[in-house]
Amino acid sequence: MNFPILSVITFLPFVAAAIMLLMPADRKTEVRGVALAAAAFDLLLSGWMYMQYLLGGLTGYQFIEQYDWLPALGISLKFGVDGMSAPLVLLTGIVMFTGVLISWGDYDEKHHLSAGIQDRPREFFSFLFLLAGGVFGVFASLDLFMLFFFYEIAVFPMYLLIAIWGWVKTREYAAMKLTLYLFIGSVVALVGALAMYWTQYQNTGILSFDMLQMEKAGFSQAFQYIWFLPVFLGFAVLGGIWPFHNWSPDGHVAAPTAVSMFHAGVLMKLGAFAALRVGVMLLPKGADYWSDLIMFFAAVAVVYGAYIAFVQPDLKYMIGFSSVSHMGLVMLGVSTLNYNGLLGAGVQMFSHGVMTALFFAITGMIYDRSHTRQIPELGGMAKIMPFATIGFIIGGLVSMGMPGFSGFVAEFPIFMGVWGSQWLVAVIASISIIITAAYIMRNIRQVFFSPMPEALAEHHITDVTVLDKVAITTLCLFMIGVGMFPSMMVPMIETGVQNILRLLGGA
Amino acid sequence: MFTPLMFASILPEILILALAVILLCVEPFWKEDQRRNAGWLAAGGLFFAIIISLLFGRPGEPTAVFGNMIRFDWLGFFFKLLFMFAAAATALLLMDHEKAGSRGEAYLLLLASVLGMNLMAASADLIMLYLSIETASIPLYILAGFLLADDRSTEAGFKYLLFGTLASTIMLYGFSLIFGFAGTTNLYQLSQMFAGGGISIPLAFSVFALVIVGLGFKLAIFPFQFWAPDVYQGSPTPVAGFLSTASKAAGFAVVVRLFFTAFPGFAPSWTLILAVLSAITMTVGNLLALSQTNIKRLLAYSSIAHAGYALIGVVAFNQLGAASVVFYLAAYIVTNLLAFGIVMAFSRVTGLEEITDYAGMSRRNSWLALMMLAAFLSLAGMPPFGGFVGKVFVFAAGVQAGYTWLVIVGILNSIVGVYYYLNAMKFVYLYRMPNEDEANHPLPLTRPYAITLAVLVLGVILVGTVFAPFFSWSDAAALNLF
Repeated sequence: MNFPILSVITFLPFVAAAIMLLMPADRKTEVRGVALAAAAFDLLLSGWMYMQYLLGGLTGYQFIEQYDWLPALGISLKFGVDGMSAPLVLLTGIVMFTGVLISWGDYDEKHHLSAGIQDRPREFFSFLFLLAGGVFGVFASLDLFMLFFFYEIAVFPMYLLIAIWGWVKTREYAAMKLTLYLFIGSVVALVGALAMYWTQYQNTGILSFDMLQMEKAGFSQAFQYIWFLPVFLGFAVLGGIWPFHNWSPDGHVAAPTAVSMFHAGVLMKLGAFAALRVGVMLLPKGADYWSDLIMFFAAVAVVYGAYIAFVQPDLKYMIGFSSVSHMGLVMLGVSTLNYNGLLGAGVQMFSHGVMTALFFAITGMIYDRSHTRQIPELGGMAKIMPFATIGFIIGGLVSMGMPGFSGFVAEFPIFMGVWGSQWLVAVIASISIIITAAYIMRNIRQVFFSPMPEALAEHHITDVTVLDKVAITTLCLFMIGVGMFPSMMVPMIETGVQNILRLLGGA
Repeated sequence: MFTPLMFASILPEILILALAVILLCVEPFWKEDQRRNAGWLAAGGLFFAIIISLLFGRPGEPTAVFGNMIRFDWLGFFFKLLFMFAAAATALLLMDHEKAGSRGEAYLLLLASVLGMNLMAASADLIMLYLSIETASIPLYILAGFLLADDRSTEAGFKYLLFGTLASTIMLYGFSLIFGFAGTTNLYQLSQMFAGGGISIPLAFSVFALVIVGLGFKLAIFPFQFWAPDVYQGSPTPVAGFLSTASKAAGFAVVVRLFFTAFPGFAPSWTLILAVLSAITMTVGNLLALSQTNIKRLLAYSSIAHAGYALIGVVAFNQLGAASVVFYLAAYIVTNLLAFGIVMAFSRVTGLEEITDYAGMSRRNSWLALMMLAAFLSLAGMPPFGGFVGKVFVFAAGVQAGYTWLVIVGILNSIVGVYYYLNAMKFVYLYRMPNEDEANHPLPLTRPYAITLAVLVLGVILVGTVFAPFFSWSDAAALNLF
């Protein structure tokens, strides 16, 4: 038997969380050490898995593991990744590793500097790792029951992470809002999943939650039309689709830095991915029928999100809304249901995950030192933290979709796909590129290159730590790597897209 | 004649009775400060009884024994194990109760009540059923009012007694009507009567309504739920935990057996009635829980809501439905005992029961806080805890039976649930004590609590992750109904 790499990747965070909880609360450094070691190991494993898939030129579902869990109801622990999900597993590894790095923190009594997590780090990292394990589980699961199981595990730690360690002013409100939105979405989707389960049983006599099995269940057209919207939108809530995006910026703003990174970088992908895997792939006729509506929602999200981001004076709100806009592009790509659109959506999920994690990481570093996120109150950061400045600029270029960076590799196919489907939507959605360029450049100028306001100068702002630099470098390398060498990712996602198109073929 | 099979069929009850007699004989000889050890004796004895029953008392093919009074099958057996487990945990939690813990009678009453519950789960005859329900209830009336010096407890005991006897008398009237119409008190023969059209539908419904009164009171479903918050709040906390878990589950054991075996003849009509009751019960329980400030009242309303969820499985009226009810109850018993155990452990040290008093608890005892998190998330239906799997199975059964609307009501309700459970956890993790002085207010756990809570929290996680064995037992139990 092969090395069960996906189970190890998924369950390692849970084990690490348990180990950390068993450690004494005052051994903060040791707790952080365990967290970093586990995260690094998970990153290595997911990177190794990714390279195997890529270099081996594999297609279809790979690294499949299956353990019977409840045979009576057809529930099994079935893991496997395809070209769509393998990059997302890698993305989770990256965000987890960098998230631990920037939460390590830096404590300086003299300068009132308290970066990272100083209060109860043991609980923080444990909950963060529960979240990470849940995310890995969703990306790797091929069993619908287990997908829900991990999906819920990924949702509830968010409440605690935001409510306990978040921004004092809005954390309670934002945490509860986020949890309720996501929970409503997931249980609505759950009803759809149960309906699919029983309908499959009626059609084929097979009692199974296996999604590869469900693809062949032969759901009737009427069934697909009815259940596609609840299932797709139920998951897409977590993907931040308009008009259910409202929880997302509030959540981003209230969350501590590492959680914002996870939230925007990975969790929103979780929603989009599950909507694609369960909604589009299992109910292709429903997807075809409702694709115009989804495209409308997505197009509104793209433009509206970008516009709101443009007028936000708060740095974190700006990035939060830009996430809504960029995730709208993912949904736009999905809604085209054609090759280019889906390919772009796949790359965009990875690209946006890395980019937004970088943005939130740097925003967190700035806020910890300056105690403000109001863009007009900031300035002159380039002189103090040049490294972070370069990182932010690279992130900005990705966000604008500059060639040579991963954003271009993602957005160009999306717009091509949309043009092929509805040219007018492509024209309207492309407005967002201009707005994005405007707010990104304006912010870089104001925050990093304008003269520092006097009120800020009194704070004795220090440069970022070495660990922060490692995190920034890691994230930037991935964005440039995919941008310069699209062959590191595109062929792989192509195989995933082919699989989706095969399912859509009958529609 | 007394055959080995008859002996095996009531083996758990024999052991409990022996345990009660031993307790009664030994306890008076102990000194005042040793009497709390009766808790160790009761819990250890029950644990022993569980092991022995598992080894020698396992049922085979369902058989009727003692002149068709008792049915020896997996359904009854699985419930018996659950009740004995719940009683053992309750006995341990009672030990360090300030006023009740060192009085042997408390444990004796607990054992008597479990004896009744065990027979409830196994009885196959209306007379046996009524007797066992009373055997289970009367000790609980006394236990609820056990703290004589406490007005609330006295009120709780008296209220429980009055409503309880009223409800069971109405149910008894229903039973007597059934006997009058059908000429038999055996549950398994009743179904043929109803199926054969020997009784008109309006009459059957009036009988049904009378029976529902008594059982609804046990389950605390709408409209017979109003006693629960007052009684739970007033009773000693471990007793409240026992009332909300074992007593409720015993009611469900009867409901499942009675409705699935005696009333299948006019199933579509009564399932609809129960579906409506279930929907109202969940909604009432959850909405009223929202505004509670006392943790025991919060748990009381939440347990009303949980009876509503479990009813979905009964409404579904299929094999998965029955199995999911049994599974749901197993998960719920462990979870709710954990929740009440934590409330007990907290109030033993602090004497406080308001939700606001839990502020800063995670800094006072991080383990207790984590266990409370596990219990409340399980109640809210989050994985990897038992509550999630239980809910999914119950909902799956509902969807299978075509009761999608009820499942949607259930889902809306569980969202409300998430809100108030998380709200309580907010105090534990987020807020601080008024003077931020948690370091000087530790929350030590005595040994019985540490053991019980650890076992329960492991149970909650086990039921939620490795659910296959628990489900196959539940399924084996459900199979006996069809």
